[in-house]
Amino acid sequence: MEGVLSGAIGVLAASGIWLVLRPRTFQVIVGLCLLSYAVNLFIFATGRLVLGAPPIMPRGGFIDPTAYADPLPQALVLTAIVISFATTALFLVVLIASRGLTGTDHVDAQEREP
Amino acid sequence: MIEENLLLILVGLPFAAALAASTVPTTAHSAAAWVSGGLLAMGLAILAVLHAPIAEGEVLRSTLAWVPSLGLTLTFRMDGFVWLFASLVFGIGILVLIYARYYLSKSDPVPRFYAFLMAFTGAMLGVLLSGNILMLVVFWELTSILSFLLIGYWHQGQAARDGARMALIVTGLGGLGLLLGMVLLGQIVGSYDLDRVLASGDVVRAHPLYPLVLALFLLGCFTKSAQMPFHFWLPGAMAAPTPVSAFLHSATMVKAGVFLLVRFSPVLGQTELWFFAVTGTGMLTLVLGSVIALFRHDLKGLLAYSTISHLGLITALAGIGSNGAILAAIFHIVNHAVFKASLFMAAGILDHETGTRDMRRLSGLIRFMPVTGSLAIVASAAMAGVPLLNGFISKEMFFAEAADWHNGTWLDNALPYLATLAGVFAVAYSLRFIATVFFGPPATDLPKSPHEPPAWMRRPVELLVLVCLLVGIAPGLTLGPVLNLAAQAVLGPDLPYKAIHVWHGFNLPLGMSLIALGAGVALYALAGGRVSQGPEGPPLLHRLRAQRVFERLLLLFTWKLPRQLHRFIGTERLQPQLRLILLLALAAGLATLWGGLRVSPSPLETPLNPAFAAMWLVGAVCAIGAATLAKYHRFASVVLLGGAGAVTCLTFAWLSAPDLAVTQLLVEIVTTVLLLLGLRWMPKRREEIAEDKLRPARIRRLRDFIIAVVAGAGLAAISYVVMTSPLIPNVGDWFLRNAYAEGGGTNVVNVILVDFRAFDTFGEITVLAIVGVTVFALLRRFRPSAESVALAEAAARLEDTSLAHALRVPAVIMRWMFPVMMVLAAYLFFRGHDLPGGGFSAGVTMSIAFLLQYLAHDVRWIEDRLTILPIRWMGIGLVIAGLTGMGAFVFGYPFLTAHAQYITLPLIGKVPAATALLFDAGVFALVVGATVLMLIAIAHQSLRVARLRDRDSGGQAETEGA
Repeated sequence: MEGVLSGAIGVLAASGIWLVLRPRTFQVIVGLCLLSYAVNLFIFATGRLVLGAPPIMPRGGFIDPTAYADPLPQALVLTAIVISFATTALFLVVLIASRGLTGTDHVDAQEREP
Repeated sequence: MIEENLLLILVGLPFAAALAASTVPTTAHSAAAWVSGGLLAMGLAILAVLHAPIAEGEVLRSTLAWVPSLGLTLTFRMDGFVWLFASLVFGIGILVLIYARYYLSKSDPVPRFYAFLMAFTGAMLGVLLSGNILMLVVFWELTSILSFLLIGYWHQGQAARDGARMALIVTGLGGLGLLLGMVLLGQIVGSYDLDRVLASGDVVRAHPLYPLVLALFLLGCFTKSAQMPFHFWLPGAMAAPTPVSAFLHSATMVKAGVFLLVRFSPVLGQTELWFFAVTGTGMLTLVLGSVIALFRHDLKGLLAYSTISHLGLITALAGIGSNGAILAAIFHIVNHAVFKASLFMAAGILDHETGTRDMRRLSGLIRFMPVTGSLAIVASAAMAGVPLLNGFISKEMFFAEAADWHNGTWLDNALPYLATLAGVFAVAYSLRFIATVFFGPPATDLPKSPHEPPAWMRRPVELLVLVCLLVGIAPGLTLGPVLNLAAQAVLGPDLPYKAIHVWHGFNLPLGMSLIALGAGVALYALAGGRVSQGPEGPPLLHRLRAQRVFERLLLLFTWKLPRQLHRFIGTERLQPQLRLILLLALAAGLATLWGGLRVSPSPLETPLNPAFAAMWLVGAVCAIGAATLAKYHRFASVVLLGGAGAVTCLTFAWLSAPDLAVTQLLVEIVTTVLLLLGLRWMPKRREEIAEDKLRPARIRRLRDFIIAVVAGAGLAAISYVVMTSPLIPNVGDWFLRNAYAEGGGTNVVNVILVDFRAFDTFGEITVLAIVGVTVFALLRRFRPSAESVALAEAAARLEDTSLAHALRVPAVIMRWMFPVMMVLAAYLFFRGHDLPGGGFSAGVTMSIAFLLQYLAHDVRWIEDRLTILPIRWMGIGLVIAGLTGMGAFVFGYPFLTAHAQYITLPLIGKVPAATALLFDAGVFALVVGATVLMLIAIAHQSLRVARLRDRDSGGQAETEGA
């Protein structure tokens, strides 16, 4: 499992980075989405992979932390998911506005000079 | 005790005056002058009260704790030297206020002038009274900033702006040096308290860092006191209104530098280095300043260079540092302030009444303004050092020190000759001022016909000239006692009293004075005419202008070099910037982890499930597909992106993170809808761009591909190592143990978000709100490109018929789903504290419910039936979350402390009722508001296009009708 997940993180990150370096705004947005998947998975994985043990406990009594998944990375990633949604929305709007103002969807708001 | 409070009040008075003056109406000249003058007069009264303890040699102190944790206190102290200086500042300040009342024209904005002038007085007083050397630097910088504002008072003029900026840069630079010097000094002494510093001269002089401290300290003093080569800001500052020049360049700003030199001469002085640096600079400034002053045609320019020269004299005395020299320096500080203030005011009157300050045009004015003329003549005689005037006595004392004091160096031997030379030029330029302006044929081509000024404009000058005479005739009776007190305060209480007399008998200093007078008159008689014909500045020297050098340097460092640097390393294009950031991150990662990244000896292994591998095979294909198709097939790319997101979501569910899975799924839906809405505003890209197939484009893609692959492989390697190394006990365990006991919830992730780390969540929802409002603001003024509008028109035609047909059945289902989804949202919300769910997921669910309605029907239909006010949702959410947090204050707990308990409801049973739930309600409302706001704002663009089209066609119809 660890190998597969780290490979997945690598592929998502590589696709995202390649897109972020592209000249069209839409490519950059898709790239940022892919990159955020990769980063979220990475942060999540720092809590190690745990099968079938969500961080939801019985009420009261002694609790053995090793029997549950680490809640902290999950809390961090939950925040990150919402924030990355917000940034995606913001970039999309900037894209639309920039396209409307300049007539091009190049990231520099002008086509590359030959 | 009373005296301590008086000291604090004294410092506060000018600032209070500034505050009061800043509130008067812009034309209330008299009100502002009366208020400010009244408060300054109170200051003088306080000083009179304080004279008694000061005269007994007492040092008054008053301390306020400022930042006690850092040991920073506001300490004010006053001794005889400070008392004398403060009286000078207050006295001349009041006279300048009276003068300014008549000098400023009706259209000059009043509050700004008086408020700045009074704040400047306060800052200057702060410099004088500071008992802590760091505080002193703070007030010092304050005087620089306020003098900038005062010099630039007439900011409409280029000269005023340039002069103000130059003064600020030069003195600010010096202030920086002073700050460093003072910090070092405090470190050497072990205290920033002024008294401790003043008492540790031996320690400081013996320290290896002494030369550095001295250099930094002198940089501060010399820039402030306009010593060469930093003198050039002072003539530039003459663009200020004359009352400002009269105040700044006689008693305050420039005197702050010499004040500090005199004050610190017992600590830093008494060494050969000090003597050469300070006296050398002072003598250079004294001689060159007086030479240049003779050649200036501008009245205020002459006075400016004369000021520079006199400051050089005081500096030279401080450098000598003997008992007599310090006394003479203090005496000359006072005398120069008095006669220079009156001369600046007189020059201002001449300018005011004739309309010019050019000495080549002014002539014979004594006929038109006899009183002002006589006053100016007496004052400039004091400046030249004519006997029976105050300038003569202190100059005589300077000559005596120059001639009598010896340490055997070449500079010491040259002192009497240099002093006499400067005296010659001082007489010559004073004479030139008197002779050209007031005598000779009456001027004919003046912009205004000259006459005497209003009586009260002249009163300050009259008073100052009276002081010149009184001090000049009876120095021992008038200033003698306070001068000795001041000198004792600087040099130590056991300094013998020195009587000051006008007449010392026939001795060397008198001879030097007489030579200077005679040679000065002769010089003017021989060369005066030629000076008036010549250029503005002495021969040869006028080509070498420090100001121009300064401007060159400024241009070089703030414009040319930065631009070259920018051209060399900067770019406005996004791609290289991003590439650079990525490469730097990559390099940083490689540098820190190279060789250190090792799989742990006993790696964690979770058994591989083939389904998981197969799922990620699909996920990887989706990701790579989205990457390759994002340019030409955007829709397919969005779908594939959704695929990758779904696989991510399943992974969360698989690996014990139900909360993440729920949130990811919901956010995925909203993101996809958002992107689909955005697609409509993209340009068409049907055929491939030809350039993309050329070699440069291929090379670029290959390079980015390599970067991406390396970065991806690196990230994969790091995550593999992290994932397989055994988990050490960490803060997560604490959260697990205490979530129920402290937070009253069993879903630890939710408890962390709304209770343990609620402040972070509060910040996060604020960010969300800001993004929502930004999106809204950006789209309000949005104009779509023509191409998209045409496309929208085509779509609108379709919309009416076929689209409504095609969506009929789904539309009904979506409408029915609305209440179901609301219940789902409520369910997710309430179970959040104990089971997966919570405010975020409930909020996104709710907004999807709204969104579905928008998808099912067109915008107008939906908004006729359903009014959503997203901004209000957001505001209410933020207020609920904030108030819940502040509710904890009522019970005496810090912000966002939560309280948890369960209550039993009929039918439903036990439900958690923590205050965290209330906080979560705020999160919920805000997420709904922000999400709906963004989606609707984008969705509304098509509506706006339709409206634009309607308006255009309506306009066309009207024109056709006409």
